Amino acid sequence: MRVLAAMSGGVDSAVAAALAVEAGHDVVGVHMALSRNRDQFRTGSRGCCSIEDAGDARRAADLLGIPYYVWDLSERFEETVVADFLSEYEAGRTPNPCVRCNEHIKFEALLDKATALGFDAVATGHYARIETREVPLPDGGRRTVRELHRSPNDAKDQSYVLAVAGADRLARALFPLGGFASKDEVRAEAARRGLSVSAKPDSYDICFVADGDTRGFLQSRLGSRPGAVVDTAGEVVGEHGGAYSFTVGQRKGLGLGRPAADGKARYVVDVQPTTNTVVVGPAELLSVDRITGEKALWFDGVLAEPTPLVGPVVPPADVVPDPDGWFDAEVQVRAHGAPVPARVRSAAPAGDAYGDGVPEGERPPSADGSHRAATAMEIELTGAPLRGVAPGQSVVVYRGTRVLGQATVSRAWRAPATDRAR
Amino acid sequence: MTVTTPPPEPARTPMTVSGAHGTPPREPDGAYLDHAATTPMSAAALAAFVAVAQRTGNASSLHSAGRTARRTVEEARETLAKALGARPSEVIFTSGGTEADNLAIKGIFWGRRAQDTRRSRVLVSGVEHHAVLDPAFWLAGHAGAEIVLLPVDGEGRLDLDALRAELAAHADETALISVMWANNEVGTLQPIRDVVRAARPYGIPVHTDAVQAVGQTEVDFTESGVDAMTVSGHKLGGPVGVGALLAKRDLALDAVLHGGGQERGVRSGTLDTASIAAFGVAASHAVGCMPERAARLSALRDDLVERVRAAAPTAVLRGPEPTPHPAHDPDTAADPSPGSTGPVDRLPGNAHFTFPGAEGDSLLYLLDSAGVQASTGSACQAGVPQPSHVLLAMGVPETEARGALRFTLGATSTEADVDRLVAALPQVVARAQAAGLVSGRGQGGMA
Repeated sequence: MRVLAAMSGGVDSAVAAALAVEAGHDVVGVHMALSRNRDQFRTGSRGCCSIEDAGDARRAADLLGIPYYVWDLSERFEETVVADFLSEYEAGRTPNPCVRCNEHIKFEALLDKATALGFDAVATGHYARIETREVPLPDGGRRTVRELHRSPNDAKDQSYVLAVAGADRLARALFPLGGFASKDEVRAEAARRGLSVSAKPDSYDICFVADGDTRGFLQSRLGSRPGAVVDTAGEVVGEHGGAYSFTVGQRKGLGLGRPAADGKARYVVDVQPTTNTVVVGPAELLSVDRITGEKALWFDGVLAEPTPLVGPVVPPADVVPDPDGWFDAEVQVRAHGAPVPARVRSAAPAGDAYGDGVPEGERPPSADGSHRAATAMEIELTGAPLRGVAPGQSVVVYRGTRVLGQATVSRAWRAPATDRAR
Repeated sequence: MTVTTPPPEPARTPMTVSGAHGTPPREPDGAYLDHAATTPMSAAALAAFVAVAQRTGNASSLHSAGRTARRTVEEARETLAKALGARPSEVIFTSGGTEADNLAIKGIFWGRRAQDTRRSRVLVSGVEHHAVLDPAFWLAGHAGAEIVLLPVDGEGRLDLDALRAELAAHADETALISVMWANNEVGTLQPIRDVVRAARPYGIPVHTDAVQAVGQTEVDFTESGVDAMTVSGHKLGGPVGVGALLAKRDLALDAVLHGGGQERGVRSGTLDTASIAAFGVAASHAVGCMPERAARLSALRDDLVERVRAAAPTAVLRGPEPTPHPAHDPDTAADPSPGSTGPVDRLPGNAHFTFPGAEGDSLLYLLDSAGVQASTGSACQAGVPQPSHVLLAMGVPETEARGALRFTLGATSTEADVDRLVAALPQVVARAQAAGLVSGRGQGGMA
């Protein structure tokens, strides 16, 4: 296969490229430039976006004996990931830019360009597994179902941020690190091959936010918008420089002068962009056991070759829902959160979810079969409630290690006690 | 058409350089169409380099070894001066074109302003190399300079009326003028003598970056009338890391590098005897061969242009039409540039195209895969091609500027190189246009 190895300059993508080469593929290394104005040197825990990182990727490609290019995807990155990051915060929601980068950059802009240029697949250093399974069809034929699974490396598992790409796009992805149980093993593989990045520190922060100062970044891009912090009774208890820089569940950095009357810690329980108001309250108000997701996608019904099945969007075929459409699964709402038990069902979203005049019931499946267009997701947690689930976060549905579906949280709330008894 | 074969070049021994570990780099093969980036060292220059590099001697030392090194430097200085129509005392050796440009822009600015503090304006064409633009903008940021970017026409040629108007209004405040001899991206030759004519009545010094021109077209320092001229070793068959600023003896020129006072005191640093010797040999050879080589490369380039247009009918030639096309076929050629029917005012080895709907990095990757090495032509930062300021200054829209590719020929170029390019091009352009569509950069013009 002709494989494009996406090389950030980090150890994971370097080893992934090496494994792709050793698997006998015809590999070309590509570093994505996601900013036109890049720093010369890497700083802190950002690990992908400096010129030094591009140089690290180049040296890894040199060592592997593969061609290496830099592709400028900075405009697309700004138009999608950064713009989404800003507009979601402005709307009082909590975006995950790594999810959007996988959705719009790695498995859309990069993958589509690679495909157009003649590549069969894009290899990345993600920790997740893609498994294929043959299933019989009613007409006697068989089809290949492609599944996304968690990495055996729990601490590094990235299935949560990859799910958004959907099975059709992941059909053109290779995750050579999918079987690695620890980062140390990957580092050892890098060292064994003489890759200079073997001991490079991991990156954690949002790559385009310098020093991890999200609030500072938002203020520099969105400007100062002073407003009130109020408690649940509506009493003003503080001020803020812009409601957009707060997220539901946040406790630190509220800057409240005086403690709450009851002496308990206060959290952001709501962000109201229209009035530029931040509402704080006790931790109990953050408990959530009902979640609605929008732009849901499901990992079923994918033919590996040549055309993805484009059809009615239904939950996975080997999941047997009850008459109301509910089935049991686990859901995860944060990149490093634990999965919790839940009942899940696919549902038509209310009204015109995309605001383009097309009612959701009449929306045709998207041309690339990504199933993104016409479905919502309803979730009822069946165990303990979760805290701090904010609109904008990605919710991923699992059964064991297997990803069943993904959606963006549109609403999260606590059901009335009477409902909960069900 | 017929293309004469190149003069025999001594066979070059492929050299493999390997790091301490890992896969050795692949020896570049295929068609090398990027001679404007750098061109192979001539055998004579390499031999001179090796011979001198084997000797010890600092040209500033007073003993025998030093005298030998000094003699080598001075002979090279005389050789270079002769090749370029300059006096030996006008040659200031530098580490290359970038340093020579920095010395010219900063050194003349400081020197002229020391004479008269009103002189803060620096006039540069909008299509200069970054080695001229960036020092100029640095002066604006750090030394109170005002930068005037002189406009160019659609072929990248300086607007002389704009220069004259600028001088008429602000001559007393002008420190210097810098206009390149030939553009590195689109190959346009600039009207240097007209620039000198416009500047002379005011006594304003003119600098020209002639890095791309020497060995390609006739360049005579004294006859041109410029006050300072940048030349580079590795663009004409010499080694990388050596160049020179030719500067008239009465030019007000301050030092950029301070130290041991070498090179008239304006460029300190131990002289790189071996590189300077090789530079002299290469320059002499390149200038001596120029008429014959320019004729051969022009013919090869004209052939390349014609066949690229046939292979990729949407391609748009940027810069002046290399030769008038009397039997011009409107179905197969775009942008015939009807105004350019006069003498050819383009470097003989340069062809530059934009390919509508395609991105330069896709074209470059696909051609590289097919064994054809070309350039997007514009400056890179860590491998990312930036939209070319040259094309933008020529009025090319940014969407079209993204699809730029420059093909440049040199001493070792042959018809086989053009064959290889033309064979690969139709599929490469189609693929790159498809990739341009999915990346949302598609545009009109794909007739």
